[in-house]
Amino acid sequence: MSTLKKASCGTMESSDAYMELEPIAAGVQIDLQSVVEHQFGDSIRALAADMLQQEGIDNVSLRIVDRGALECTLRARLETLIARAREAGGANA
Amino acid sequence: MDKVVKTLREAIQLAGVKDGSRISFHHHLRNGDYVLNMVMDEIASMGYKDISVNASSLFDCHLPLADHIRSGVVTELITDYMSGGIGAQISEGILEKPVQFRTHGGRPADIIKGVTPIDVAFIAAPTADTMGNMTGKIGKSACGSLGYAFADAMCAKKVVVITDNLVPHPLAMRSIDETYVDYVVAVDAIGNPAGIVSGTTKITRDPVGLVMAQTAANVIQASGLLKDGFSFQTGAGGATLAAAQFLKGIMLKEGIKGSFGCGGITGYMVDMLNEGCFQSLIDVQCFDLKAVESIRTNPNHTEVSAMHYASPDAKSAAVDSLDVVLLGATEIDTDFNVNVHTNSSGKIMGGSGGHSDTAAGAKLAMIIAPLSRARLPIVTDHVFCKSTPGSTIDVLVTQKGVAVNPARPELAARLKEGGIKVVDIFELKEAAEKLCGMPKPLVKGDRVLADIIYRDGTLLDRIYNVR
Repeated sequence: MSTLKKASCGTMESSDAYMELEPIAAGVQIDLQSVVEHQFGDSIRALAADMLQQEGIDNVSLRIVDRGALECTLRARLETLIARAREAGGANA
Repeated sequence: MDKVVKTLREAIQLAGVKDGSRISFHHHLRNGDYVLNMVMDEIASMGYKDISVNASSLFDCHLPLADHIRSGVVTELITDYMSGGIGAQISEGILEKPVQFRTHGGRPADIIKGVTPIDVAFIAAPTADTMGNMTGKIGKSACGSLGYAFADAMCAKKVVVITDNLVPHPLAMRSIDETYVDYVVAVDAIGNPAGIVSGTTKITRDPVGLVMAQTAANVIQASGLLKDGFSFQTGAGGATLAAAQFLKGIMLKEGIKGSFGCGGITGYMVDMLNEGCFQSLIDVQCFDLKAVESIRTNPNHTEVSAMHYASPDAKSAAVDSLDVVLLGATEIDTDFNVNVHTNSSGKIMGGSGGHSDTAAGAKLAMIIAPLSRARLPIVTDHVFCKSTPGSTIDVLVTQKGVAVNPARPELAARLKEGGIKVVDIFELKEAAEKLCGMPKPLVKGDRVLADIIYRDGTLLDRIYNVR
């Protein structure tokens, strides 16, 4: 398991999302702000939790500022975020 | 006789404002307007309460109005449109009585009929003379047409003109004349010129918007209406303006001489006039400086009152002679009902304006909208609130095809013949849901935030809070 470092990706443009991931002592914290909180908030949180679990990542804080991104966009941003967090960890370890 | 009064406070006193008074404003200074706040602050400082404000539209520059509502100075709002900042406040429920939303045609009709009487009209005038003859065409705060202020001037018990360019009597270039005016007040500035033209929208460069715009122009061509004498109105949205540009290209190429362009006028419509696409422009409101310049200098660019533009009670209004109108939507349902009052989360951020007036009048009423905006499908089972009845909407143009109201089979056939991709509106709904996922529906609360009053005076729908 590689070490994770703080990483970010995405934009604040409409239909995109901005994300930050940061290692913490214990557990997974997901903080979501979304313009479609009412319509899709739960499904976005579930998607993020699933992807983190699949990648075997725990002990992180994930912050998502969602501007109405489609699910495919959210997946792509999360994938990049995780890769960057791992790269940063590798480079600076 | 001297109508010039030294201060606004004195004019408010002389006009007889008191607790419970019904006062009115026009919105030609748009998001640069100083006059509504100026008057309301003065009325508040004079200690009056329970004022009813009838404003043809409200913009975010009018946010201080929210404080006057909270403090009980204002207890009733009547308007045709409110932008998102002030709409968010209303959506929070700060006003006990439901807002009365009317249309740009229904508002003057109800003022004239006495359904919404006005005690004092406060009319911002970019230029006025000492007897109250006024125009919006000249002055440092020039806004062009004063179309929405005519009914207020004609029917209010007292009329106060507020200007930042007071000139000697008689003002030759007048639009509303002195016969209606009681008092004239000079102030330093009635508005911020940068905000007066804030409604200007640039033509979209978004590829999805351009696809919709080109499709819309093709639909107009295929409809059979695009021939000599053609008349047209478009909103000031990015995609509708792009559609007008494509339409202009077709008209110039085919040598089609239209009759008139109508509505809120932008520089793009002025270009169409100057290049021979129309004989005249019928202008109730100018959206940008180019339109202001044109209405001042071009005799074929004419100012009309809101009654002449769209009143259902007029013996005829310009909208009754419209061939095609291009309109936007925040939501449209499978019965073609359109919502332009709230966003997809149910927050108030708009209003009819002339939407339902032009849809009712035009032979071909077209909605241009993308399948989704920020993950929210635009085509839904039921709109959150009905701004314009589906029976008056003929066509929905999206980037994935054109849906025709099933009540217009002959139009659908003509469009298909013209090579347009005509699809069922349910297909568009499904395509949007496939892209976005199924949104959790909004649940309406039991608080009525606003009544949507159709142009004929009937209650079309109500806007509820979201639980």
